[in-house]
Amino acid sequence: MSTLTDPPKDSFRLSMLINDTRYRSLTFQALAFLALALSFMYLGNNLIANLRAAGLNINFGFLTDTAGYDISQKLVEYSNQDSHSRAAFVGLLNTILVAVLACVTATVFGVIAGVLRLSNNWLVSKLMAFYVEIFRNIPVLIWIIIIFTIMTAVMPAPRAFRGDNATATMVFDAFAFTNRGIYTPLPWFANGIFESQALNWLLVLVVACGSWFAARRVNVWATAKQEATGERPNTLPMLLGIWLAPFLILMLIMGLTWEYPALKGFNFQGGIKIGGPLIALWFALSIYTGAFIAENVRAGIQAVSKGQTEAAAALGLRPSKVMNLVVLPQALRIIIPPLISQYLNITKNSSLAIAVGYADITATLGGITLNQTGRAIECVLLLMAFYLTASLLISLVMNVYNASVKLKER
Amino acid sequence: MSDLAIEREIDRTKMSVSDEVAIQITGMNKWYGQFHVLRDINLTVNRGERIVIAGPSGSGKSTMIRCLNALEEHQEGQIIVDGTELTSDLKNIDKIRSEVGMCFQHFNLFPHLTILENCTLAPIWVRKMPKKEAEDLAMHFLEKVKIPDQANKYPGMLSGGQQQRVAIARSLCMKPRIMLFDEPTSALDPEMIKEVLDTMIELAEEGMTMLCVTHEMGFARQVANRVIFMADGQIVEQNEPEEFFNNPQSDRTKQFLSQILGH
Amino acid sequence: MTDQTTNSIAFVADGNIPQSPPPARETGVVKWMRENLFSSWANSLLTIVAGLVIYMVLSGALPWMWNGVWTTSSLSECREVLAGEVGGCFSVLSERWNQLLFGFQYPQDQYWRPTLAFVLLFIAGAPVLFFDLPRKMLAFTAVYPFLAFYLIWGGTIMAPIVAFLGMGAAAFVFQTYGKGSFALGFFGAIVAAFAVWIIGGALIPEGASETAMLQAVPSRDLGGFMLNLMLGVTCVSLSVPLGIALALGRQSDMPLIKWICIIFIEFVRGVPLITLLFVASVMLSYFFPPDSTVDLFLRVVIMITMFSAAYIAEVIRGGLAALPKGQYEAADSLGLDYPQAMRLIILPQALKISIPGIVNVAVGLFKDTTLVSVISMFDLVGMIRGPILASTEWAGVYWELLGAAAILFFIVCYGISQYSQWLERRLATDHR
Ligand SMILES: Nc1ncnc2c1ncn2[C@@H]1O[C@H](COP(=O)(O)OP(=O)(O)OP(=O)(O)O)[C@@H](O)[C@H]1O
Ligand SMILES: [Mg+2]
Repeated sequence: MSTLTDPPKDSFRLSMLINDTRYRSLTFQALAFLALALSFMYLGNNLIANLRAAGLNINFGFLTDTAGYDISQKLVEYSNQDSHSRAAFVGLLNTILVAVLACVTATVFGVIAGVLRLSNNWLVSKLMAFYVEIFRNIPVLIWIIIIFTIMTAVMPAPRAFRGDNATATMVFDAFAFTNRGIYTPLPWFANGIFESQALNWLLVLVVACGSWFAARRVNVWATAKQEATGERPNTLPMLLGIWLAPFLILMLIMGLTWEYPALKGFNFQGGIKIGGPLIALWFALSIYTGAFIAENVRAGIQAVSKGQTEAAAALGLRPSKVMNLVVLPQALRIIIPPLISQYLNITKNSSLAIAVGYADITATLGGITLNQTGRAIECVLLLMAFYLTASLLISLVMNVYNASVKLKER
Repeated sequence: MSDLAIEREIDRTKMSVSDEVAIQITGMNKWYGQFHVLRDINLTVNRGERIVIAGPSGSGKSTMIRCLNALEEHQEGQIIVDGTELTSDLKNIDKIRSEVGMCFQHFNLFPHLTILENCTLAPIWVRKMPKKEAEDLAMHFLEKVKIPDQANKYPGMLSGGQQQRVAIARSLCMKPRIMLFDEPTSALDPEMIKEVLDTMIELAEEGMTMLCVTHEMGFARQVANRVIFMADGQIVEQNEPEEFFNNPQSDRTKQFLSQILGH
Repeated sequence: MTDQTTNSIAFVADGNIPQSPPPARETGVVKWMRENLFSSWANSLLTIVAGLVIYMVLSGALPWMWNGVWTTSSLSECREVLAGEVGGCFSVLSERWNQLLFGFQYPQDQYWRPTLAFVLLFIAGAPVLFFDLPRKMLAFTAVYPFLAFYLIWGGTIMAPIVAFLGMGAAAFVFQTYGKGSFALGFFGAIVAAFAVWIIGGALIPEGASETAMLQAVPSRDLGGFMLNLMLGVTCVSLSVPLGIALALGRQSDMPLIKWICIIFIEFVRGVPLITLLFVASVMLSYFFPPDSTVDLFLRVVIMITMFSAAYIAEVIRGGLAALPKGQYEAADSLGLDYPQAMRLIILPQALKISIPGIVNVAVGLFKDTTLVSVISMFDLVGMIRGPILASTEWAGVYWELLGAAAILFFIVCYGISQYSQWLERRLATDHR
């Protein structure tokens, strides 16, 4: 045994590789590299042999072929004569759409539930605890299916809205909840400044950005005024004006009109159709992730010690000021990093779209395109590349935020 | 912990007690659920008094002084601070809180704000003071507690003693007429205790009305004009420091003093 | 004293004031309600809204559950029994319960085998989850994987025995040589295990499975909630050691190893599990030797294990980072080498801190096992959406089935997370 553990003296150079700290790590890394290279070679060989046996190769040319399938929920023009890459692009936009929608609503749900859970109302806080536990402990896939089932099996068919003895009615004559999706009025501009509606909406966005900058200026002005005189002017009317006036004027000029959905034949026509799969995915991701966000929010607020609130109160600050000036700035630093990783989770979980037939990138590129072309390796690789990019972008945002917070602290 | 290592003479000329009443507590009772924490507290504090409150752990000292600025609400009895009665009326609470300063055992500085911002926060938002003025005021008090050079650091970068002195300066920036201290030195090392007590003595020398929960018996002896001993939620004994330490009357006081001074 | 104080200050209490009860308006139900439900008008409004929500949910759900039918054999029969009344057709659960649990292909007369394996799981898991239990019980934990494999898959008993002997040989070699040099023990153990497996594998007679005591069940016949549990337990237990290795690798100061680990971890965490399952179902077989057939279950286990190992590695990295630097220095200064320091000083502490986090990953992973239904495996969700809802008898029975699935998952996940909270509290006091 001892001959094994103590290398003989004459193999001096060899023992240095293991026992000398200078070479030791190099030795290990060389070994690791060797092992890695060997296993990659092995896997690569298998891959080549298998592909040859199946008469396949790795080639992304299929992306320009005609896709041949329809997508009902789409943000850009697409027909079944378009290419696979166009279909993937439609899917990509759909992924972004549902992820953004779900992030917004999940944050709203989560913040409300998290704050209410800390409320001193016993019933409400227990109810919120119940919400959090129920949704966190049941797989999101089951929630997606449950809501999808509500959308398809419980909602009335469009024909139920028809005739004199209709069993279903539209809400406010504007919204129709059917088993094919929810129909809402579509706003459009009768005499828009530009020919295309999209450009008109872009104009609205530009005006909104302008309002945002103006609102910020007002806040800066109010702070400066407060610093000079001590009194902070009441900016609420001004902010309301800044946000509403340009917007309303623009709407008036461009002649905002609502196109209401109406029953024509067997289905509703006009308005915006939000398909059942989108609703199911959006809503399920929101309530599921909302439960996690609620826990983050609660933990963040609770992490600000009671002493902080007491010290602020003892200085004479009113509760709303205590919240805004002392508790929230501290709580947000704790809440935002996990919040961002919840956004990451939403983006990744949106891939469950495939279970309810929402045409996101997983369902188009990784589903129909993969099955039609049989290009498994290419499709899965592209899919992973997309999600990896999205994840890296989101983590980048998180790191920037963390760094900025850290700078302030020290 | 019995003796205070203050080198300089303590100037008692300004530490005079006026006839004006600063705080009046009559028949105050407080319960936590079924637990009777404060039992029939009666106390009158005149302006300029320096009162030390002592007593075993859990006797209700903190609870009592926290009632004085409505951090805790009392259920029975009357508390009048600076001529304002403490009720559930928010106006009164605001008024009292902006006139009563408080220092906590664990400092409770706001970690996300610099020392200067900690000090100017309340003057700006409660007293509606222009920023420049608030900063000058804050620097004045930071100089007074001898840490003006730390003004732009964050609390986490300061030692415990420095943090507590910032906490005192932060309270002083509201120009309080009464200061409450809840064991301001018990989380500190001996070295730092001295610097904080020094600051407190200076305050006393300027005639500040102070209520101080502390186990620093040296401070009590030399600075206080009255020592209050609490046990089981009631005021058991009170007296001038000299008398209190040399000639305690009740058995519980004797027992407490023998424990605290014994070693 | 220079103070102008009078003697009137002196005061001594006459005696003890006894404890007295709080004033009447401070006690009882009324006070509780006032403080907790109606302390302000906003609060009262919240209470009323919450009460309404609860009433609406219960008034919908309770009659449905109360009137539920449990004994019919199809949806149409059930509708007849209900005769228009509100009520659930829970008979789908009583009739298809076995399918929900075991899938639709597992031999019916063999259901006792997975059931027994499930019961034994508690005995095997107990000493891992509760530190107070006698350490000797870990011996059973070591045997359990092989036993469970034998029970669930059946076939020749030689296969699990050889596997077990291989692991035993590895453990023995590691015990003997690992004390001297970790590397020697480690690689020796691997060699020993493979030696036993190869020799043992050659000794198992051809066709032993057909004549075996327990009928062999192929992987593709596994299904139902059993499949979720199997995937969850297997992948979590396999991914803990892998996660430890990855976490240590990520902390290593050898750039190559560190970067391999970082790339692996960040890659896996950056993609959704579903893409990894796609890899398992359509891509992974390209990477195995051309003539081999690796069944889908194994491929899925490989991918899910990689997936959870990356997350567990991050949890353990947090645990390692939470250890005070002094622990590393103390270990170094005692003259321990790296494997010893890790094994004896660092990992025991870091793992203890990480357990709640690992348990959270485990809960998340267990919920994610439902995703295998997307690649057409018949787990609980797959069973419901596939064979049961597609059958003529039960097409259209959504709520009863989805509700049952939700409850099953809730029980397991809530149970585990309660355990994790209990553990967290206990660890918090342990460290004082
Ligand atoms: N929020 C609360 N709820 C219930 N009981 C409390 C609460 N706060 C304090 N108590 C109890 O009231 C009693 C008095 O507490 P208090 O903090 O005033 O004591 P203290 O004299 O300041 O003690 P110490 O010297 O340890 O600070 C203690 O018995 C304590 O357990
Ligand atoms: Mg106290």
